[in-house]
Amino acid sequence: MKKGWIAYPYVVWLIMFIFVPLLLIVFYSVIKTTDQGIVFTLEHFQRFFEPIYIMVLLRSLYLALISTVICLLLGYPLAMILASKDYRHKRVLLLLVVIPMWMNFLLRTYAWLTLLEKNGVINSFISFLGLPKMELLYNQGAVVLGMVYNFLPFMVLPIYSVLIKIDKSIIEAAEDLGANSRVVFRKVIFPLSLPGVVSGITMVYMPAVTTFVISRLLGGGQFTLIGNLIEQQFLYTGEWGFGSALSLIMMILILFSMAIMSKYEKENEGGGLF
Amino acid sequence: MTNQEIIRLVDVSKTFDDTPVLNNINLYIRRNEFVTLLGPSGCGKTTTLRIIGGFEDPTTGKVLFEGQDITDVPPYKRKVNTVFQKYALFPHMNVAENIAFGLNIKKMDKKLIKEKVENMLNLVNLKGFENRSVDSLSGGQQQRVAIARALVNEPDVLLLDEPLGALDLKLRKGMQIELKNIQKKLGITFIYVTHDQEEALTMSDTIVVMNEGVIQQIGTPIDIYNEPKNAFVADFIGESNIIDGVMIEDYMVEFANYRFKCLDSGFDPNEKVDVVVRPEDVKLVPKGQGMIEGRVLSVLFKGVHYEMLVQSNGIKWLVHSTLMEPVDSIVGINILPDDIHIMKKVR
Repeated sequence: MKKGWIAYPYVVWLIMFIFVPLLLIVFYSVIKTTDQGIVFTLEHFQRFFEPIYIMVLLRSLYLALISTVICLLLGYPLAMILASKDYRHKRVLLLLVVIPMWMNFLLRTYAWLTLLEKNGVINSFISFLGLPKMELLYNQGAVVLGMVYNFLPFMVLPIYSVLIKIDKSIIEAAEDLGANSRVVFRKVIFPLSLPGVVSGITMVYMPAVTTFVISRLLGGGQFTLIGNLIEQQFLYTGEWGFGSALSLIMMILILFSMAIMSKYEKENEGGGLF
Repeated sequence: MTNQEIIRLVDVSKTFDDTPVLNNINLYIRRNEFVTLLGPSGCGKTTTLRIIGGFEDPTTGKVLFEGQDITDVPPYKRKVNTVFQKYALFPHMNVAENIAFGLNIKKMDKKLIKEKVENMLNLVNLKGFENRSVDSLSGGQQQRVAIARALVNEPDVLLLDEPLGALDLKLRKGMQIELKNIQKKLGITFIYVTHDQEEALTMSDTIVVMNEGVIQQIGTPIDIYNEPKNAFVADFIGESNIIDGVMIEDYMVEFANYRFKCLDSGFDPNEKVDVVVRPEDVKLVPKGQGMIEGRVLSVLFKGVHYEMLVQSNGIKWLVHSTLMEPVDSIVGINILPDDIHIMKKVR
C-alpha cells in the first residue's frame, strides 16, 4: 500500500460522519441527565424490554418477514420471466420494474393513499359497481402492500442478475442427464440462484424492518413499527437516550441477521449486491 | 463392429428465423461407430448434433432411434448423452456430485452410484478428484469430468460437440487417443462434431463432411482423403491443388496445357471439370524429365517436409516434398494417373 494517502480523505469522512455519530448514539444510550449531572445508566435498554416495546419489535419483524416472503414469491417468477430468452417483451417488462425506483419513495407511497382512501380510486370503483366500500387503508394489509410495492424491485433485480448469468448449456446438460424441467429447477437453477435470493432477501428485509414512512402513511399511526418508535423518540418525545438505545438494538439485530445471511452465501461468489 | 443401425435422420431440415441451416439431411449411424460430423463453422454440424440430442427441433423431417420416431421426445427422455463444447459442469457441485447427477435422478442405490463414479474416475484418469470443486480443475480435467458425467449413464450414443476445442494442441492430441480408447473399450456409439480435419481423420470410423447445411460426402477417413467427391471436400480435407481442366475423352484430361492420363471416365467430351491433386502427389523431377516444367517461387520448411510453390503455365502448384529445390530453379513436374482426381464442376 504505497498510495495509502489516497484513502485519507475517505478515512476522515468516515470518522466524521459515521464513527463519531455512532459514538454519540452509544453515548446517549447509556447516560441520563439528573440533578447531579450526567450519570451512567442502562435504563434505556431496560425500558426496551417492556412488553409494549417488545410487541413493536415483534410486529416490525413479523410484517417485514411477511413482506419479504411475498416479495420472494412474486419476485422470483418475475425474475425468471425476465431472464428467459424466449420472452419477447422482457425489455419493456424490465423497464417497468425499474421505473418506479426512479420516482421519489415518498411520492410512490402517497400515490397508494389516493388509491386506497375511503373515497379513493378503488373504493369509487367498488361503489360504482354497487358494492359496499371497504376499509383498505390503515391496516396491516395496507402496510404490507406498501412494503411489497416499494421493495419488490430490490428482490427482482438481484435474482434476475444471477439468473441471467447462468449458462444455458448447464441447463441443457441437466436435461441431457435426465432431468425434467422441475428437477432442473430444483437441482440446478435454484441452487445457482441462491446468492441472488439471499441478497434480495437482505435488501427487502432490512429496509422493511426499519421503515417508518410506509407504516405512518398507510398504517395511519396505528401500526407503530420500530422505525416509528425511534422517530418518535427523537422528533416528538425528545427522549434521545431511549431512541439511541433502540437504534443500537436494531443495528445489532441487523448485524446478526447479515451474519447469518452471509454464512449461506459464502461459497457462491458474485451476483449479489452485497 | 456390427452393422445394426441406431440413429437415422430422415429429410431433416432446419431454419432459424428464415435462415436455412440444414437442408435435407439424410444420415444413418450404426451401433458402436465413431462418426464425425466435419465442416467449417456455420455448416450445420452442431445443429445436427443438437437435433439428435433433442435440444433443437427440426423444422421438417424425422429423427429415428432404433427405428422409432423420437423427433418429439424431450432430451431428458432420450438414451443419448452429450459432452458440451464448454463442458457445462455444474459449478455448485464437486466432481463426484457432477458425475453422479444423472444416476441420482434415476434414484439409483447410493452405494452403486459411488462405485460407478469411482469406476468412471478411474477410466478418465481422475482418481482421487472426487471432492475437488470443478472450478479448481484445469481445462483438460474439466473435459474429463464432462465425459465421465455423460458416460456414467451408459448411454447408447454419446454426442460430443467440439469437446477438445478449448484445449492446447498437445493436450488435444492426448485426449484424441484417450477418447478413441474409451470408445473402443465401452463399445458406445460416438457422434463427434469438429472443424478440425486432422482430428476427424485420426479418430473416426466414418466422416460426414458438411458444408452450408448440406452433406457433402460420407465415408471412411481413407475414402474421404483419397477419393473426395467434390472440390469442397478435397479442399477442406487436407491441402489440395484444385485446377480447372477439360476432359478430352475417357481416361484423358487436359490442364496446364498438357494432356494427362487419368483413371476417370464417363464425362462428356470436352466437359469442364475440377482437377484435384494433393500436394504430396506433385512429383518434382530434374528439368527436362517432367511432363510439364515450372519455376520454384518459394520454399518453406515445415518439419517433415518442404512446402514449395511452383509456377507452371499460369498455375501455382502447391508441392510437398522431402527434397528441397532452390528458389528460381526450373524443375520438371510429374503427376501419376492414380493421383489425379476428376470432379464434376459444381457451380
